[in-house]
Amino acid sequence: MPFELETASHPKNLKRVAIEPVSRVEGHGKVTLLLDDDNHVQQVRLHITEFRGFEKFIEGRPYWEVPVMVQRLCGICPVSHHLAASKAMDMVVGATLTPTAEKIRRLMHYGQILQSHALHFFHLSSPDLLFGFDSDVAKRNIVGVIAAHPEIAKKGVLLRKYGQEIIRMTAGKRVHGTGSIPGGVNKSLTAEERATLQQDTYQMIAWSRDAVQLIKKLFEQNFELYNSFGRFSAHGMCLVRADGAMDLYHGGLRARHADGRSLFDHFDYSRYWDVISEDVKSWSYMKFPFFKAMGSSDTGWYRVGPLTRVALCDFIPTPLADKERSEFIGFANGTATGATLGYHWALMIEMLHAAEVIKDLLHDDDICGSELMASGKRRGRGVGVIEAPRGTLIHHYRVDENDQVIRANLIVSTTHNNQAMNEAIRVVAKQYLDGRELTEGLLNHIEVAIRCFDPCLSCATHALGKMPLEVVLVGADGTALDRITRNMHDSLAAP
Amino acid sequence: MSESSSFILDDQEIPFMPGQSVMQAALAAGVFIPHLCYHPEFRPHGSCKLCTVKINGRPATSCTTPAAAGMEVESNTPEILDKRRTLLQMLLVEGNHFCPSCEKSGFCMLQALGYELGVVAPRFSLLYPARPVDASHPDVLLDFNRCILCELCIRASTEVDGKFVFALSGRGIKKHLVVNAESGKLADTNFSLADKAAQVCPVGVILPKRKGFAVPIGQRRFDAAPISAHVDEFKPVAPGERP
Repeated sequence: MPFELETASHPKNLKRVAIEPVSRVEGHGKVTLLLDDDNHVQQVRLHITEFRGFEKFIEGRPYWEVPVMVQRLCGICPVSHHLAASKAMDMVVGATLTPTAEKIRRLMHYGQILQSHALHFFHLSSPDLLFGFDSDVAKRNIVGVIAAHPEIAKKGVLLRKYGQEIIRMTAGKRVHGTGSIPGGVNKSLTAEERATLQQDTYQMIAWSRDAVQLIKKLFEQNFELYNSFGRFSAHGMCLVRADGAMDLYHGGLRARHADGRSLFDHFDYSRYWDVISEDVKSWSYMKFPFFKAMGSSDTGWYRVGPLTRVALCDFIPTPLADKERSEFIGFANGTATGATLGYHWALMIEMLHAAEVIKDLLHDDDICGSELMASGKRRGRGVGVIEAPRGTLIHHYRVDENDQVIRANLIVSTTHNNQAMNEAIRVVAKQYLDGRELTEGLLNHIEVAIRCFDPCLSCATHALGKMPLEVVLVGADGTALDRITRNMHDSLAAP
Repeated sequence: MSESSSFILDDQEIPFMPGQSVMQAALAAGVFIPHLCYHPEFRPHGSCKLCTVKINGRPATSCTTPAAAGMEVESNTPEILDKRRTLLQMLLVEGNHFCPSCEKSGFCMLQALGYELGVVAPRFSLLYPARPVDASHPDVLLDFNRCILCELCIRASTEVDGKFVFALSGRGIKKHLVVNAESGKLADTNFSLADKAAQVCPVGVILPKRKGFAVPIGQRRFDAAPISAHVDEFKPVAPGERP
């Protein structure tokens, strides 16, 4: 087996424990554990149990509909899909965006980063971090945080609200707006909207700084736990600006090996398939991407998202966030950048960066401009890549001469992190569960590891007719009587 | 006001001119009666049944019933509103109406009437008919998924454009809109974006290409006020202006 604990060598008669659904994440997933008689862990898998199929049913739709349709993948970061699809369709219509259009889209995107990171940290993860992983489950939730730490909870709620307001003013609605269209945007900010948002920019920066200090303090106070929990080594990938700076809206692809050497840098994402490929496994609806040059998902899997972005960029182009990045990178000889719980620290640094970018954009007169649309030479293919809150998001479409989408490929942030999340929970299973009597608190350790990645499971399952499936006929005594499998090329086979 | 030129609609006296229907008289008086297949520039069709009212206690379509003096017309009653809501719910499951990603959202009369009449959840099982999009025309997209068989495009193409581009085919639940060409494709007709038939679809079937979502949320036709507040847009045109 390529991965330890992915598949038990003798699954018969093992005890099965399922965590279903995984809570405080977006979408539906479950974790299964197979244990022997002594409670030693033999198999751990994160399964994505829902199926969405957007890649298939978007075929035949007109291209201008796609940025609005695909954002229905998600209710948490729909802006990411809205913008990634818009960027792909910008290529299709041959447009180079006007300054107003690009800055409005950036404002929308950084508003999205702010609200999504606030939601993830305060609403979903802070109960684990503030109360303890195996604390009283009745209090380990956002209601418990509001009761015990009302000031922290209030900041989280209001940071999210501010980000949502930015989205509403740029996209038309807080969730599932229509502001970004192929070739530009359909509105800029009015002077009143700009003034309203400007009132709170410095408060948002201050609260974001507080959040960075909070996670930093938690990391320092619980260093052994935070630095070792679910720790594993992985390659990484993200977008960076031409000068190496963090840029969550646009850039070239940068990938780094787990040992620190560069795998590729400033790679033109419009040919992402030259460096990334996808694998499939019979037990998950989610694909397993890998670096093509490394041959397979066994060796070429990688990690994306805030931790990777903060570690891989050369600097953050806003002063407060860059200072925090330097501290994070230098913390404990740089080891925090490889810690699974380091995701939360990196996430808060990015939230601070987003707040600073928002302030700068709101001081730029272009966001009230009237030049909203551009066009150019029509093309048959478009690729849009963006750094969504959870990591690199790739949208790829082919459009025929009648303006209909004839092929779509979406590689979603959580999909990139598929193997990484499985690695994290296997490490945690070995660290905390192996050989012990399982309790809710211990099982929550598995969920804590998953939550670090802020996964959006509902975003990540699209391919139709490509999944290998296995059907097993099991007798009353548990013996497998028959088995049939469908491989990824759609042919059926019996062993 | 003399008795000979008015009728009563929900306790309100509605004047009318000779030849006007109940619907026309009501709209002219600023009273909205929900409708889909009625259009002020075309002869009434009476097929969507949404404008059904009770006239002297008997159900009738208000767009096809001539106004008469002394009529007692009920429209805005719980019973009739419930019937209209049911009609809308049936229309919504007979086609594929995905408002979240439809570019006609905010401009669509079916959607606006859904809001107006309080259609808040599906009531019947969705039929999910298979209706491929016709994107063959360089300027116009036909998305048959949203067709409600109002025949406005057929009437406009026939009576105004003189092109006979559209027709209905099939019977009963299988009835559907077709394009009058050997290939069945719009590209093989003389249809033009400037045609009247391209302007009258109350839902999202006939769409100008590459224009979707250009109007921001908040500025779309029915964003600021419900469809009933747009009653002036449906007022009858002068008889001579009608085809």
